[in-house]
Amino acid sequence: MMFSKKWGDFMYLTIDGIEKSFSNEKKENIKVLDEINIEVEKGSFVSIVGPSGCGKSTLLYLIAGLDKADKGEIRVAGKKVMKPGPERVVVFQEAGLFPWLTVLENVTYGLKLKKMPKKEAESKALDILKMVHLSRYVDSYPHQLSGGMKQRVAIARALVMEPDILLMDEPFSALDEQTRMVLHKELLEIWRKTKVTIFFVTHNIREAVQLSEKIIVFATRPGKIKETIYVPSMKDGVMPDSVTLHTEQRVLSILQEEIEKVLKEEMGNDYSFKTNHIHRDDSGDMGSHI
Amino acid sequence: MIAAIWEVTSRFSSLPDFMFPSLTQVFQTLFNGLMSGQITEAIGKSLGRILIGFTIAIIVGLILGYFIWRFKLVEDTLGFVVTALQSIPSIVWFPLAIIWFGLNDFSILFIVTIGATWTMTVNATSGFRNVPQLYQRVAKTYGSTGFHFLRTVILPASVPQIISGLRIAWAFSWRALMAGELLGGGGGLGQLLEMGRSLGQMDLVISVMIIIAIIGTIVDNVVFSRLERNVQLKWGVNQR
Repeated sequence: MMFSKKWGDFMYLTIDGIEKSFSNEKKENIKVLDEINIEVEKGSFVSIVGPSGCGKSTLLYLIAGLDKADKGEIRVAGKKVMKPGPERVVVFQEAGLFPWLTVLENVTYGLKLKKMPKKEAESKALDILKMVHLSRYVDSYPHQLSGGMKQRVAIARALVMEPDILLMDEPFSALDEQTRMVLHKELLEIWRKTKVTIFFVTHNIREAVQLSEKIIVFATRPGKIKETIYVPSMKDGVMPDSVTLHTEQRVLSILQEEIEKVLKEEMGNDYSFKTNHIHRDDSGDMGSHI
Repeated sequence: MIAAIWEVTSRFSSLPDFMFPSLTQVFQTLFNGLMSGQITEAIGKSLGRILIGFTIAIIVGLILGYFIWRFKLVEDTLGFVVTALQSIPSIVWFPLAIIWFGLNDFSILFIVTIGATWTMTVNATSGFRNVPQLYQRVAKTYGSTGFHFLRTVILPASVPQIISGLRIAWAFSWRALMAGELLGGGGGLGQLLEMGRSLGQMDLVISVMIIIAIIGTIVDNVVFSRLERNVQLKWGVNQR
């Protein structure tokens, strides 16, 4: 016990025995997260994949402090998570930029809240906007930007806070394939440059494999950790396609059982999900059920 | 076209001039009224009143809207009452106002304010309620709470709905003002109407009507339309 406590201190994000239930319309208690234990090292890139409804976004909201767990505790950089705060910013699926503020004002929103002097906040914001290649759009309003640009602003707005951890909730799933590829590359560059810890929720297996070092596969109903997969390191160069493909296959095979469970629940027991013959598009995205 | 018909029918009709004045006569009176300051003074007085009443209504409406949005108990009690009150034409309050405050400026101000307050409250409430969850979550993760949260997220996010509330509230209070002045006196365009009637000067009455229409249109088309357009431009029309 002593040892595990000590070990926990080295860990940057510790999720310890988290449980969470919601009540549905019939007032039944539905358990969405059951006994979740995760430890994440400082500066790492962790992805959570799982079928829809497995509670992966709920877990992210708990880390953000936007929701409260029924049991267990979450610590980030040694501090217990009690409420939302700028040290744990979230990049949501939709950028969520404030339409009444310019790009620059959106990015400095959090800094001004921290009472940083305007000049300092703006020069910081401009640096970050340069990093996401949006220097030309500082004075634009969000509606003038494309979806990819909006998401870049959202990432800049989060990074400028120099957070302990960057929480990303399916940030690229609303974008088209090309934009997503570009943003993957940029996110990896940013991650290497800033060494920020990233906790990434997605239903896109390929995305998880390409971006993260560690993939946590979730089982559903209730949400539980099914397996943790370490992606072969690629920090020193481009990973061969065969390795990527192999890892993808592994994640997929772990997920298949869960997919079948979900489909059976939704379509009835006669539904059988044949392994290895599933439709998948080039993005590795198996549709919204994953 | 209308002007021509008016001019001709007026000249040839058997009604005496004071009942159905010709267009030229109306313009004459309008011009004289503006020059002598009789009409301009009335405009000033009316606008002053509506400005005060309208401002109070906006502030009270926003505050009430906030409480209805924020607290379930207030919503269940006051929220319901406000909806009921909103359906009462504000001039109906006038007898009460006269008894409470006397037949004076204050009574007129009271019905002007009350005419706009409930509409403002209802619109502010639904504006606050429709602020997307996403904006609220974003603001909270950046550490925004309390008054800062209200000022930087809830208020600006509900601006489109608040503007349409202002527009309706303005229309209500403008009507209430005219009715109040007509009955209550104490100067203003409404009283000028009443004066025109008692003096049998329909040219004056019509002049004042024209002024009322012009002011109403200007405020609606210039002030509120411009506000709305600015917001739409800034936000992008499809953005919500």
